[in-house]
This record gives sequence, C-alpha cells and structure tokens, in this order.
Amino acid sequence: MTAKVVTVTSGKGGVGKTTATANLAAALAAEGSKVVCIDADIGLRNLDVVLGLENRIVYDIVDVVEGRCRLRQAMIRDKRLPELYLIPAAQTRDKSAISPSDMIRLCDDLRSEYDWIMIDSPAGIERGFRNAIAPADVVIVVTNPEVSAVRDADRIIGLIEAEEKGPARLIVNRLRPDMIRRGDMLAIEDILELLAVDLIGVIPEDEMVVMSTNRGVPVSIDGKSRAGQAFRNISRRLKGEEVPFINLEEQGGLLGRLSRLIRPGGN
Amino acid sequence: MSSIIEKILGKDRHSANLAKERLKLVLIHDRTDLTPTALDALKDELIDVISRYVEIDPKAVRIGMEHDGREQRLIADIPLRPTARKRTR
Repeated sequence: MTAKVVTVTSGKGGVGKTTATANLAAALAAEGSKVVCIDADIGLRNLDVVLGLENRIVYDIVDVVEGRCRLRQAMIRDKRLPELYLIPAAQTRDKSAISPSDMIRLCDDLRSEYDWIMIDSPAGIERGFRNAIAPADVVIVVTNPEVSAVRDADRIIGLIEAEEKGPARLIVNRLRPDMIRRGDMLAIEDILELLAVDLIGVIPEDEMVVMSTNRGVPVSIDGKSRAGQAFRNISRRLKGEEVPFINLEEQGGLLGRLSRLIRPGGN
Repeated sequence: MSSIIEKILGKDRHSANLAKERLKLVLIHDRTDLTPTALDALKDELIDVISRYVEIDPKAVRIGMEHDGREQRLIADIPLRPTARKRTR
C-alpha cells in the first residue's frame, strides 16, 4: 500500500477547502479506502469540527513534530468510518511551528499503511500553504464562481506550477445553476477558460452542507444530497474512474430553455 | 429581436460577462507583473530602438498580452512604412 497525498488549497479563505477535504476523505473511507486527514491550518483548525471529532483531541500535529507524542497517538479514529483518521492542527501555535520538510517526513511515515493522505491547507500563499503542498502528489484547488475567488485560484495555480506540483485540478464549489442560467454567475466553461486547468468536480450550492456541518457529519456520507453526490463523484475521479459530470445547468424549466434558445452564445 | 426579448426578461445586463471580462484583464497583469504604465513605457522604448533601423509609423504600433492556456505571450505588431514611397521621393 502506498498512499497518495492529496492537498486541498485555494488561496482565498472561505471557499470550502475544509468542507471539501472532510467530504472527500469521508467518501473515500466509506468506499473502503484507508484514509488519514491532516489539518495543516495551524492556529485556525477546523477540520476537527467539520468531521465531528473535536471532543476527542489529545495531541496535535505540532506535538508530533516536537516529539511530545508518537505519530499514532495524535491520530483520531473516526468511529463511524473505522478507516478514517484525523491528525488535528494545533490551535495555540502558528504556521512556523512546522516546516515543509516536517510535512514530508510525516507523510512518508504514513504512506506505507494508508491509501490516501488528505491535507487541508490554510488560506494564503505563505508558510502554511508551502507546508501543505510540500508532500503533495496531487493538488486540488477549490474556488467559487466569483471574481475574487477565481483571481486567487489563478495565483495559487501559478505557485503550484512554480513548485512543480502541477497540474492542479479544480473544484468549483457553491455553484448556483439558476444564477448561471440568467447570466449572473460565471459558468464552469468561463472559469476553465480563464484558469486553463482541468476540472475534477462541481459542487452545487446546497443547504445540506451547512446542516451536515452543524451535526459534524460530512454530507458525502449522510443521505442523498446533491452536494454529497458531487463529492462522491470527485472521490471516484481521484481513484481514476471516469465519472461523467452532472450537467447542473440543464435543469431549467421552460423559461430557462427558452432564454437559452434566444440568447446565442449563452449557456 | 432577441435583444427586445432579453430586455423584457431582464437579461440586457449579464453581470457574469462583466465578471469574465474584468477577470481576463486582472489575470493578465497578475500573471506578468506588468502594469499598463510599464507596458506603455516598453512600447515607447521599442519604437525608439526599431526606428533607428527601419522606418515605422509609431501610431500604428500595437503591443499587447495574449495567453495560450497558462502561457503568457507579449505580442507586438509593428507595420513598416512602405519602402516604395521612399524610392519615388
């Protein structure tokens, strides 16, 4: 077994990195893979609450790096998905507490026993981001269909290529097909044309994501939501399966279809 | 015809198109560190240098950025003054 290291990053904060990391990890574990998640957002940890594991933290990643505990002691096992583990970030330290080479060493220690190592990167382009991508085999960039998020995604994609970690793969999160249909949200094709990267998945805006985060149960293993299905599709694409993209924009009513007919070059 | 229907449907102003156009320009400058002012200065110097060797019309010179995938390219279009006119003079 040789784990693949997947880093989820974005540049801009609040676009859904932690949600994507938690949901992809849970979906992979639910399909039978052995998965370790690492929260690399030291000082602002959140992967623990999104996964519902916040009450079980004893040691964190900085304790491991500074030798206060063994790696296995810092790994929290998810009771719902027995092959899912979390290495939490420290909350009272900052990004400089660990280095890119610490992250590489840590992942190398885990590679032989797991299928996937999923790293949740902090926002930004500084030390925390460099820590997160240092051990990566695959880098996923999360963006939203809006100007500031796309701009930051472009910047981060450039940095990923400069670090020779590319080509990055893109998740467009919080898509609203109704807004795209009326021409008030960047369409997937527009974003791909601007960023010139490969798409790995599209997550529709879905209130089930908020509800499942409230409960601490990833939406990808909880029920039949559209966002959960989209995350499961991405997890299968990560494994190399060909999964067709759901055409979210084709679900318009008569008016939607009519407006597409009369608007040449529209969606 | 279609624009009338689009106006009725409130589709005369697509904010998504505006977002795309704005992003196109912003990304070109983000990727190259070349401000519009610097690009103008580059153009002026380029005209100076080339004029020392061949006759060109400075007003016809076009210089701009193009991108092919994630690759950026500086494109200069510099029409030469017709040499035939020079001979008849």
